[in-house]
Amino acid sequence: MDDIAVTVDHVSKSFRLPHEKQNTVKSALIHWARGGRRSYERQRVLKDVSFEIRKGDFFAIVGRNGSGKSTMLKMLAGIYTPTSGGIQVNGKLTPFIELGVGFNPELTGRENVFLNGALLGFNRKEMEAMYDDIVGFAELEKFMDQKLKNYSSGMQVRLAFSIAIRAQSDILLLDEVLAVGDAAFQQKCFDYFEELREQRKTVIFVSHDMDAVRRFCTRAVYIKDGDLILDSTPAEVADLYIEENMQSTRQKDKNIDGQAKLYKLTSKIIEQTDDDVLIRFSYSAESDDDMYIGVSVLRDGVSIAEINTKNLPPLQGTGRITYKLNITHLNGGMYQIGSGLFRSKNAELLGVSRTKAQFMVRGGDLTRGGALKLADSWILK
Amino acid sequence: MERVKAVFSKQNRALLAELVRTDFKLRYQGSVLGYAWSLLRPLMLFGILYVIFALVIKSGDGIPHFPVYLLLGIVLWTFFTDMTTQSLGSVVGRGDLIRKIRIPRWTIVFSSSIGALINLGLNLIVVAVVMLINQVGIMHTAILFPLLLVEIYLFALGISLFMSAAFVKFRDLGFIWEVILQIGFYLTPILYAMTLIPHRFQKLQLLNPMAQAMQDSRYTLISHDPKVITISRVFDDGWYRLVPFAVVLLVLFGGLAYFRSQANSFAENI
Repeated sequence: MDDIAVTVDHVSKSFRLPHEKQNTVKSALIHWARGGRRSYERQRVLKDVSFEIRKGDFFAIVGRNGSGKSTMLKMLAGIYTPTSGGIQVNGKLTPFIELGVGFNPELTGRENVFLNGALLGFNRKEMEAMYDDIVGFAELEKFMDQKLKNYSSGMQVRLAFSIAIRAQSDILLLDEVLAVGDAAFQQKCFDYFEELREQRKTVIFVSHDMDAVRRFCTRAVYIKDGDLILDSTPAEVADLYIEENMQSTRQKDKNIDGQAKLYKLTSKIIEQTDDDVLIRFSYSAESDDDMYIGVSVLRDGVSIAEINTKNLPPLQGTGRITYKLNITHLNGGMYQIGSGLFRSKNAELLGVSRTKAQFMVRGGDLTRGGALKLADSWILK
Repeated sequence: MERVKAVFSKQNRALLAELVRTDFKLRYQGSVLGYAWSLLRPLMLFGILYVIFALVIKSGDGIPHFPVYLLLGIVLWTFFTDMTTQSLGSVVGRGDLIRKIRIPRWTIVFSSSIGALINLGLNLIVVAVVMLINQVGIMHTAILFPLLLVEIYLFALGISLFMSAAFVKFRDLGFIWEVILQIGFYLTPILYAMTLIPHRFQKLQLLNPMAQAMQDSRYTLISHDPKVITISRVFDDGWYRLVPFAVVLLVLFGGLAYFRSQANSFAENI
């Protein structure tokens, strides 16, 4: 029992949404005078969810928008109380789910540091001792006496992050922290995660970034429409997430066209390591033509390379083919894979993949821009 | 005992201090005179009311040191209105905190009450100065004055707790409370001597804790003159004189109970 950090025991949460919004005494009185009781719609956001998080777990809660994962996180944080079921927490848990809670634009950076620190449970003396480190980490020494409203959003995030990591908790809650900030800040986040993992801290993490889930997490759950449908390894959960997302975009495609397509092509990133990306193309054709797939690697909408499968045995019917791309020659950034299905004999385009698979290459080399890492060197006289 | 200790833990005290500091800084943001306004506001109100009620209408009815009597009443009433109106919107106003971080909800109401207390302290300094100028001698009953302040504070706190929680669901409360305060301003003997009121209404009037505490404050600090009517004098030491204290306790515990019953759902309802 001692190695369990958090137990979520048959937790359900519903919100009461009044049908007629009665925010004023008058409307409430009128309603009451009519003899009516307030009619509510009960929205069940989480349905009988149970799981356990062990100490030292890097635990991801994955789900699409509106699936209930943020509600779960808020209940873990103690901001919402479950409608039924219970949550036991063994250890000190961070009370916040977002960076920079309580930041006030009218106060200076310095004043905000102390206010935010107090919200995390530090008194003035403790904050004074940490102040220089916080400001140093955020690299904002020159701006601390300016009002926060004059900060750029990146600066605010940096300040918030460097305060937040001071919170000495056994269990951390992180909601979409990676969605904000530039590449350099994301790198800082990743470094901090590595550090947390080395310290064997328990981290509960909500994200849409499946790369981060695969990279850091030790366990993950998938929540769909309030039900916990998978409690497994990060890789399996990430696969399921991507698959479900693909499905819904495919459904959308059908609606747009209104008719079944003769030729279908989809692409999907199935694995990404530091060196390689594996992209799987699934194709299906309702004819027996010989076909090939053409692929273009795009960056910022511009093609940087084109590849096709002409020199492979021709493709027919329905099948899958996986393309392995070495990414060590690419600079940091987002890349897309565009693809099309062609008829071998006349190079006629039969269909294109509706959605472009995307992957991100990480790297903070400030001496290089553009897509390609060229084999080059500087010669100093 | 453990729970009381937890309520005033190191973290909660630090949080309270920082919330009060922030409120104070923000209130006078961008004004030239800044903090001086917390003194100037009641002083100017006092000046106006002094001219009207002490010089023109003469509602003092021969009460000794009537200007001080008037000022003390205004200061206590200002404290009551400040604290209740600021607390009323405090929970809703801090909605971003409540939705995103787990902090004890009561600290929010408490911090706005401390802000009002600080103002009261500053205003009482002004009262002391005016007392010196008016050559009001210090009486032994002055020792009881802090207890009356505690009574007013607890009364206002009960109302604040109730209203801040109810305001989350009923936003009309802000306007309703404004009207109630207007009525209360005239029902409470702030501007006039109570001798001008018929005896049986005096009884009714003094069942209001604000009226009772205000008259008792004037009695303890300013003058024991029979024209300074207090609840003990009106009820001839009967048990009725305890009614205002019972009202205070009822409001305090009622407000506390309601606040606690609602606190867990603030985050969802705001």
